Amino acid sequence: MRELPPRARAYFWAVCALAGAVLVGSGFALRDATAADLAQVAILLLLLGAVNSFSTRTSADITVSIGFIVCLASVVLLGPSGAAIVAAAGGTTGPLLYKRVFNSAQYVLASWMSAIGWALVLGAARLGNQPEWRVLVAASFATVVFCLVNSLLVACIISLTTSISVARVWSGTLSWGTFTYLGYGLLGVLMAQLYRNVGPATSILFLAPLLVARRAFANYAELRNAYDGTVSALVQAVETKDYYTRGHSERVARVTEMVAREWGMREDRVQVIKIAGMLHDVGKLGVPTRVLQKQGKLSQLEFEAIKIHPLRGFEMLSEIDFLSEAISGVYHHHERMDGRGYPLGLVGEEIPEFARIIMVADAFDSMTSTRAYRQAKSVADAVIELRRCQGDQFDENVVDCLVAGIDKHGWSPHPEDFFGEQVDRDGRPMVQAAAAGAEGVREED
Amino acid sequence: MKRTEPVVVRRLLLVLAVGVAAAAAAASIIGAREMSSPADYQAAIAFCCLVAVGELLRVNLPGDRDAAPIGGAAVIGYALLVRVDGEVARHAAADVITVAAAGCFLTAIVHLLAQRDPRPVDIAARILGAATTAWLFRPWLADHPAEALGRPSTSLVVAMAIATLAGGAVGTTVAACERAARLRAPFIATLRNEVQAQLGLGAAMASTGILLALSVPKLGLWALLVFMGPLLVTQFSFRRYASISATYRQTIRALSRVTEVSGHVETGHSRRVMNLSVAMGREFGMTESELLDLEYAALMHDIGQLSLTDPIPRGSTLTVAPSERRRIAELGAAVIRSTGTMDRVAHIVGCQANAYRKMRETVDVEVPLPSRIVKTASAYDDLITASRVVRGKRASWDALERLRLGMAYEYDPRVIEALTKVLRRSGDL
Repeated sequence: MRELPPRARAYFWAVCALAGAVLVGSGFALRDATAADLAQVAILLLLLGAVNSFSTRTSADITVSIGFIVCLASVVLLGPSGAAIVAAAGGTTGPLLYKRVFNSAQYVLASWMSAIGWALVLGAARLGNQPEWRVLVAASFATVVFCLVNSLLVACIISLTTSISVARVWSGTLSWGTFTYLGYGLLGVLMAQLYRNVGPATSILFLAPLLVARRAFANYAELRNAYDGTVSALVQAVETKDYYTRGHSERVARVTEMVAREWGMREDRVQVIKIAGMLHDVGKLGVPTRVLQKQGKLSQLEFEAIKIHPLRGFEMLSEIDFLSEAISGVYHHHERMDGRGYPLGLVGEEIPEFARIIMVADAFDSMTSTRAYRQAKSVADAVIELRRCQGDQFDENVVDCLVAGIDKHGWSPHPEDFFGEQVDRDGRPMVQAAAAGAEGVREED
Repeated sequence: MKRTEPVVVRRLLLVLAVGVAAAAAAASIIGAREMSSPADYQAAIAFCCLVAVGELLRVNLPGDRDAAPIGGAAVIGYALLVRVDGEVARHAAADVITVAAAGCFLTAIVHLLAQRDPRPVDIAARILGAATTAWLFRPWLADHPAEALGRPSTSLVVAMAIATLAGGAVGTTVAACERAARLRAPFIATLRNEVQAQLGLGAAMASTGILLALSVPKLGLWALLVFMGPLLVTQFSFRRYASISATYRQTIRALSRVTEVSGHVETGHSRRVMNLSVAMGREFGMTESELLDLEYAALMHDIGQLSLTDPIPRGSTLTVAPSERRRIAELGAAVIRSTGTMDRVAHIVGCQANAYRKMRETVDVEVPLPSRIVKTASAYDDLITASRVVRGKRASWDALERLRLGMAYEYDPRVIEALTKVLRRSGDL
């Protein structure tokens, strides 16, 4: 709380006060409610609390927002007052008290507004008497209201703590993934239907598969992160053979990723080519160290020994299914556009896309880092050199993408500086970028 | 003790499942007169189609397992269904099994046409599990027809839960039997692994099944489609997890070959040590995650040699001094530790050069069992590779004899015993 700037603190108290007022009003509205209605509120409140405390924070690209489903079910079942009270259990997780309070408060406001939206479309009549299309419209409308209120409230506090404009933060949090919430909204309505028609126990049966799914996604995300770390650590260990190429694979992977994004590659393919960039030189281990570190001109025999390394890499990696598309990139990363490269001497477009990208990234990093036989070039000189060789050696379009990428992100061989620049460029700190993807029912992070 | 041959278990299981399905089909054809209302047929056909679709959309779980949560949920839903079209559902246990078997059979044909493995053993295990659920629940419902009407009572839900659990237990046990025979692993350890692997998806499947049985009477057959939504999400998440674990495994396997490519060890050494170690680990009844650590440790046990400027001849650490051996092991452990996520594997690799016991002690507790296994497997493979003159069983005998001479200090006698068993089974001895 102390670390928040004064304006953010004022905003925090304002949101809490508003939510508190809504809660008091709701409690007042429910004073005449029957015991059965109150029991419903209590059950859903406990359910939301329980579901949220099972919650596992992940950085996966996909998430299952179970808390949102419960909120929407209570919107359908209980109306504005009940929904607001249930939503107070929305912020049960999180390490810091003030964040939990804020999350609860914004859940309360979002649920309350969403319930009002639901009532606007359907009227005060209870669920079950309307035509189904109207229920669908109401569910979608309630979902949209919930998501808008929720994301706007969170975007504001992020903007106030980081002094980035609200619009920018907000557009960052809204993505195509938001549309899956329409689906979750419908699941919420379905849960409400079952709750009313069959019994409260169905809620647990209904949410069980989603809880299991969320757990599996968390495991997936954990292993996914471990995977990148493991590959890069092992590759670096392998690089100990040659002092001068230390960190080369890591940097090539980063350049490759940057170029691939500029190239407009789909995200899953970017991940594949990044790993391929990391592994492009594993075959070099088969080349005697004496040859790799030799200063001066190589003999014909020594050059043959070097030329075999893409094949060695290909052999080693061929059993990794995930890389199947990228393996050609490893095999052909020493081809040239004019056909004078190795191992096959392919020309122009015959060279796979992945290989053309890795080729440029490899050359760029070799030029900008110090080698046994020469000093490092500056980035500007390296670009001039790449431009000079484009067409003969490199694909022009790839070089364009590299230059565009460097213009946007800058380039530093040391990853810390690189990430630092990326933060400034996007105008968004990493934490927040992660939070945007983390959970659709956005919570302050 | 001689274990049963895997083929025998497999055949027994298939015959049992086919027998149950055939008997059920015969019983439901004979009893078809009682199932007169068209709504009953409608329900049977709808559930059968869902079973078929679910079997088509099955998922592979880590460890070459197979699951069909949607098909399973449909079978459970049909087995537990209490009312159809406002009246008490009259289908018997035999009809449930027939519906399940018919769905599986339809899909098996599709799989065969698409030249995919229909995985008959997994289907058999699922059918036997479904049969258990149906046999427990349908007669109970026939005895308590009042439960079928009105809101679901507690005793109804409890009966449903018990029947589902029992079905799951039978299915898992049957699958574990076959797996234990196939992998030559102890049954209890295999069963535990099987339960761990199937628990999450099984719970999702069972709860959706019960939900179907409770809500179809209220909402009609379209509920079948709606409730597949959450289950599809679950299935998708498991598929993602399975694919990343497969990638992880393949990558470690591929990268473990760097020591071979760089000429530090003989070709295929890591792979052979891995196979031997995992087989021995199974003998000791290790859990699946322990086996995975052992597999990674065995694959990368020589990675420390990369730091040597001059490769050891043939990569055999048997020929170097113990202190040097220990240093190489430590170097390897440091490399693996740098990944940040494989500390257990690093520990195994780091201890592999230690003797299994200290002076005056029976066993050095600080040397973990996996390290002792990797040490023995690696030494055995080095000895086999080194013996260029003798081949076949004779070479295995000689190598084992050399290891036995080291039992007083270097190699754990229990590990050697396990190695002997593994070799005898694979026909090397």
